[in-house]
Amino acid sequence: MIRIENVHKQFGALHVLNGVDLTVQKGEVLSMIGGSGSGKSTMLMCINGLEGIQQGRITVDGVEVHSKNTDLNKLRRRIGIVFQQWNAFPHLTVLENVTLAPRKVLGKSKEEAETIAIEQLSHVGLREKLSVFPSRLSGGQQQRMAIARALAMSPDYMLFDEVTSALDPQLVGEVLDTLRMLSKEGMTMIVVTHEMRFAREVSDRIAFFYKGQIHEIGKPHQLFDNPVKEETASFVRSVL
Amino acid sequence: MYFGGSFSWGDFEFLLYGAATTIAITLVSILIGTCLGVLFGLIRSGSPWWISNSLGAVLDVFRSVPLLIQLVLFNSFNSMFKLNWPTFAVGCICLGVYASAFCTEIVRSGVGAVPQTTRRAARSLGLSWLQELTSITLPIATRVVFPSWIGLTLGVMKDTALVLWIGIVELLRSSQIVTSRVQEPLLILFITGLIYFLMSFPIARLGNQLEKKWGMQ
Repeated sequence: MIRIENVHKQFGALHVLNGVDLTVQKGEVLSMIGGSGSGKSTMLMCINGLEGIQQGRITVDGVEVHSKNTDLNKLRRRIGIVFQQWNAFPHLTVLENVTLAPRKVLGKSKEEAETIAIEQLSHVGLREKLSVFPSRLSGGQQQRMAIARALAMSPDYMLFDEVTSALDPQLVGEVLDTLRMLSKEGMTMIVVTHEMRFAREVSDRIAFFYKGQIHEIGKPHQLFDNPVKEETASFVRSVL
Repeated sequence: MYFGGSFSWGDFEFLLYGAATTIAITLVSILIGTCLGVLFGLIRSGSPWWISNSLGAVLDVFRSVPLLIQLVLFNSFNSMFKLNWPTFAVGCICLGVYASAFCTEIVRSGVGAVPQTTRRAARSLGLSWLQELTSITLPIATRVVFPSWIGLTLGVMKDTALVLWIGIVELLRSSQIVTSRVQEPLLILFITGLIYFLMSFPIARLGNQLEKKWGMQ
């Protein structure tokens, strides 16, 4: 369970997160939507400690993320994250990209790591690309590789930060299909996205971010069809 | 000793002996320069501005003052303060520090070429700072700046000629000695130049080979 309590974050004078409260249960798929600058991506970065917070607390299965005593490197093994820019490691082959963390972080042998990696890469449809360098892959393939790379750590949670925003339109589908597959398998996911139809389809709940807060949260049909707040309604109208 | 006469095999051997000294100074200097350069470069790219800038200012001195002046000054300090370091060591340290000032900027630009988001992605997988540095940042940076580093090495090899001023008999000094005996300056300078070329060429070739191998395709 991820529990976010009254989280505040500032970049200088800019109040990016302004008291966010949220609980995500095991097995749940939660989408975060909202305009750019509303704080949703920053919220994701805070959950695995890539960004610090000024106030409040975030706990993942009871472990406080921003506590001084928390071993972040250890915590991050359980929280996979995939970014908008897929961030392939350009000097490593597809297989090496995926085996790196299991070997270095989990201490697995080369063979063990490769077995895991091949399994995950097959899962996302990249079985044929093992010895290829990332620069030979399309954006969609690189993004699926990044997903396999995160999954190879057997995380309990997966965070997706606008994973289709930098892709050519015809490549968006294949990445969304991968996410759909994960949600069907019961992965706990927090998905920051601008793909509203996708969010509606896969999410258990949707959180609408506005001015650094969760302005409205609820089941997809409720948020899209009967939003309570005026800002949610106007955002939904503008994107659908 | 017989003065005057034609260029002999013995003269050539003498030149080769000088060339060996040039290679030795180059190797030691570039080793010192690279080790310090990597260290300073990492400090320059990853520390608060006041540390980074102060280090940069010091290194700027070594980059800006002509190497010849640095060599002569350091050599004088060596005798003034009775350090009694061998001239070879004085030459190597001086050249090494000089090379490190350039290498620092090479390393810094290489580290800067690795996108912050890539480093972040590595950390998000649970890699520690050091693991990220050694498996992601340094390998990528090395590939990016390798041509510049080869250029630095070739530059240092030619700069070793300046150590003749503090009394080391390297290739250029050997050629002067041979010239004063044989009195055929053009021929001997030509041969000396050829030897410099033959020493540099393999390094440049090796650089090309590695670049191809690392192509990241």
